[in-house]
Amino acid sequence: MSLARATGLILAKELRVELRSRELLSTTLVFVLLVLVLFSFTFDPTAAEARRFGPGLLWLALLFAGSLMLQPSFVREQTNDTLSALRMAPIEPFAVLLGKLVANACYLFFVELILLPIFAALYNLAILPVLGRLLLVLLLGTIGLATTGTVFSAITAQARLRELLLPLLLFPIVAPLLIASSEATVGLLSTQPYLDRVWLVFLLVFDVVFLTAAWLFGEYIFEE
Amino acid sequence: MALTTKSNLATSTFWTLLTYTLLALAGYAALFVAPTEKTMGVIQRIFYFHVPSFWTAFIAIFTTTFGSIAYLATRKNKWDWIAVSSAELAAAFLTVGLVTGPIWAKPVWGVWWAWDARTTSTFVLWAMYVSYLLLRTLVDEPERRALLSAVVAIFACLDVPLVYFSIWWFRTQHPQPVIGDGGYLDPQMWRVLLYCWGALVALFLLLVRQGYRLERLRAEADGLRMEVERRAL
Repeated sequence: MSLARATGLILAKELRVELRSRELLSTTLVFVLLVLVLFSFTFDPTAAEARRFGPGLLWLALLFAGSLMLQPSFVREQTNDTLSALRMAPIEPFAVLLGKLVANACYLFFVELILLPIFAALYNLAILPVLGRLLLVLLLGTIGLATTGTVFSAITAQARLRELLLPLLLFPIVAPLLIASSEATVGLLSTQPYLDRVWLVFLLVFDVVFLTAAWLFGEYIFEE
Repeated sequence: MALTTKSNLATSTFWTLLTYTLLALAGYAALFVAPTEKTMGVIQRIFYFHVPSFWTAFIAIFTTTFGSIAYLATRKNKWDWIAVSSAELAAAFLTVGLVTGPIWAKPVWGVWWAWDARTTSTFVLWAMYVSYLLLRTLVDEPERRALLSAVVAIFACLDVPLVYFSIWWFRTQHPQPVIGDGGYLDPQMWRVLLYCWGALVALFLLLVRQGYRLERLRAEADGLRMEVERRAL
């Protein structure tokens, strides 16, 4: 079976599981919303501060959400002991990783789409004029977060204390991603919106580096 | 399954004594041989251990990455033992660098922590290697531990240039304290600096060797324990 087809099957399975339970998306959405409101309580930002700090808070909230949301993608397989079945399937091990990775990126991006208007309203930011470019930044950031997050959730699922361990491994690795995506978002939401090319290219490089690494080293994680 | 033998102990003692002598001389050189810096004064002498600690930490990070790749390629335990013992030292030397930095920065810059690009990147690096070591304590099965931590080490190493570039670029866009990045260094200072680095590299080699042997003994002990349990059944 080709990689694309196998990945598609895994992706369809992941989405079906989530559509039937809908537990992950609704919980994450409420979580990110809560974090954003709590941030606003602790900072009480003025209009200028909201423009300067809002994007960072948004990305931080998404990072927190990601570290919780990416957890179940492999833990779920383990509790039901279905990972061995996936391992035995006559497909490339990378397809399992890639399918889950794309599913996780879809979940995160979906949460971001719903969240964006609420975020703009809460922090009183004009997102409509820059919507296309903002979505591009969100997409690139989400791919990077989903790639590293999925690989590390596959790793921590096999360890003790995995709920604590995943953020611990993930946060330092995605520190450059957090900087790049919040800086790019700050540029887009400033009074004279602009898209910083350096950060955009940086996000692209981050995604390519870690997707390649996942492709090269991902199979080792599933070995029995 | 040879445990510590007599000749092993003798070589060990020899290298330990040699390293300690080198380190003692490095301390002497940093305090008395190097000239006192004109503007910063005596506090600048911490630099002879601060900078070489980072250089040594980078050797350790390189060794960990190399060991991890070699483990994935060959599946020989020895590479995992090398990777973990040098990762421990990477964390240790980065800690030394991160602690000596603020001690120097407080009197010179007036703040303990200036959020400058290099310090911040190094802190992120430190966090990566500490969580690598934590991961190792949380996976019990030795082969699984070696595999998973090898992948994490490779990801961490790929992240190093990205961390440095992003934080450097981020910092150059924001106001920051003026950092005296002295371009010129007195030749005598250079000599002391390089000598101190040599001493720290010797310490690194000594400790990697000890760490490696410790890991090997641990694996042997685990094997024996399993054997005992198997026979008891």
